[in-house]
Amino acid sequence: MPGQIEARGLRKSFGDRLAVDGLSLTVDDGQIYALVGPDGAGKTTTMRLICGALRADAGEVRLGGLDLSRHTDQARAFLGYLPQRFSLYGEMTVLENLRFFAEVRGLPPAEWKPRTLEILEFVGLAEFAARRADALSGGMRQKLGLAAALVHRPRILVLDEPTGGVDPVTRQSFWQLLIELLGQGVSVLLSTPYMDEASRCTRVGFLDGGRLLVEGAPGEIAARLDGRMIEVAAEPRRRAATIARADPSVEDARVFGDRVRLRLAPGSAEHVRKTLAERLPSEGCTVHHIQTVPPDLEDVFIDLLEAHGQAEARL
Amino acid sequence: MTDPAVEVRSLTKRFDGFTAVDEVSFEVRPGEIVGYLGPNGSGKTTTIRMLLGILRPTSGRALVLGFDVSKEAEAIRARVGYMSQKFALYDELTAWENLAFYAGVYGVREEKALREAISQVGLGGIEKTRAGDLPIGWRQRLALATAIVHRPTLLFLDEPTSGVDPMARRAFWDLIYELSESGVTAFVTTHYMDEAEYCSRVGIMHRGRLLAIDTPGALKRSALPGAAWDVRAEPIVASLRALQALPHVVRAGLAGDHLRAITRPGATGEHLSSALLARGFRVTGVTEVTPALEDVFLYLAVD
Repeated sequence: MPGQIEARGLRKSFGDRLAVDGLSLTVDDGQIYALVGPDGAGKTTTMRLICGALRADAGEVRLGGLDLSRHTDQARAFLGYLPQRFSLYGEMTVLENLRFFAEVRGLPPAEWKPRTLEILEFVGLAEFAARRADALSGGMRQKLGLAAALVHRPRILVLDEPTGGVDPVTRQSFWQLLIELLGQGVSVLLSTPYMDEASRCTRVGFLDGGRLLVEGAPGEIAARLDGRMIEVAAEPRRRAATIARADPSVEDARVFGDRVRLRLAPGSAEHVRKTLAERLPSEGCTVHHIQTVPPDLEDVFIDLLEAHGQAEARL
Repeated sequence: MTDPAVEVRSLTKRFDGFTAVDEVSFEVRPGEIVGYLGPNGSGKTTTIRMLLGILRPTSGRALVLGFDVSKEAEAIRARVGYMSQKFALYDELTAWENLAFYAGVYGVREEKALREAISQVGLGGIEKTRAGDLPIGWRQRLALATAIVHRPTLLFLDEPTSGVDPMARRAFWDLIYELSESGVTAFVTTHYMDEAEYCSRVGIMHRGRLLAIDTPGALKRSALPGAAWDVRAEPIVASLRALQALPHVVRAGLAGDHLRAITRPGATGEHLSSALLARGFRVTGVTEVTPALEDVFLYLAVD
């Protein structure tokens, strides 16, 4: 059974800038795939190529098994797309906006009304159906965008930073909707700046310079740094961080809340813990604890980008 | 004892029948980094706009660097820096021209001040690039440069890291720390809970009211009624609904790839797992955890 989204060898240049460089990815039935990476990594271009909103210079895209370049209309009928900046008609109501998207998507008049009401109920906007779109809060706008992308019952959803700039309360309810859609068998490709969101996806791809640097299940990816993250609770924190950074085995030290989080060179955890346990008190820090902690996706993200940045600088 | 950088007493703003900011009181001490959290539309930006003297309070009082926001807005604007979530830059102008424009607004003419601001944010070398051609992380730093070119002692940053990647966010916070170490006070709104952890104190707003303001540690210790639990159960959304309906659960939500529940005092992990098992869910783990700031936020800022 082929994946719902299959991209093979995608390549796209703008002028002399290579935005997407031989990228391949697969999203299977009912899976959710997160693209993460720095700004300008090629996330939006990749999604636009997969939606057929941009034409690739090379490579192929299959949606629901159909070749996008040969069966464009049929393949795109499987797909709902929420771009990062989407347009709503501000002077039209929520319901009128949805009706517009339903008509564009070719829903017959007999069907669009029950479907739009159903979808508004689903995203929690039913009581706002008569509100003008320009009077919606940021979070409600995102939900209306999702509703518009879902109106024709797509089995594939492509969402470009659907929760960017959205508060945590709204992010929670947006994700509960996504998880329900997955349960209904919809496949989702999304981009996100939030690593906690990436960690709840089936697969995560780290993109930089138009290429996937690493791809896998969130747990597998985080495991790349197993045994290399330690947490120091010591006062004053900033001094503790400075002292830790002076150790050549400490690759990175980040003050986080009342802790300092360190990334260590492979195999150095034992030695660093011992050294810091002696050095920190001797330089005036009060140490509460020093312990190994499980790595998270953000640790891996920073590590990959530093390593990749250094590799680029050497070229 | 030095005077507070910001002193707010019962500050209120109403727009035809809608109270955007409702009797808010707090102080910001010099050199502090205060984080301000709240859902969209909770009144954070309205508060900042009143503190800048752009919006007139309906009632209450606010002093910024000792000046009254209702009467001395000019004096305040000359002394504070402001960076909005939209990075108010002119795309067709170069980085240098943008900076020179804002410097001019503040009456700063010396080239030296502009050069210092550019190098402080680490953008030396891009002076001649059009702002519209800069990647978003650099636009963000340029926006910061325009906010500090007149050497303000107090900075208002309204969602400064919205839409920038984790690497750029870290670099940005390093800059805020550097400014803070040189004595600058910062008042920052954000949707990122990890950023709130960087702040000396954090305020949580909801529907125009300031529900709490304290250190991240104190909020985590005392703002929740009981313990926090990581719950691993399938199917996840149905388990979440079941958790939310349990009488000893005050809040439940998604956290990474699992669920997080906040319970009333006295509830145990055994209560949670047996309730879920009894309803036919697969439970693979229930562990007590240290609450995160996000737990506090979601507990307080929910309708």
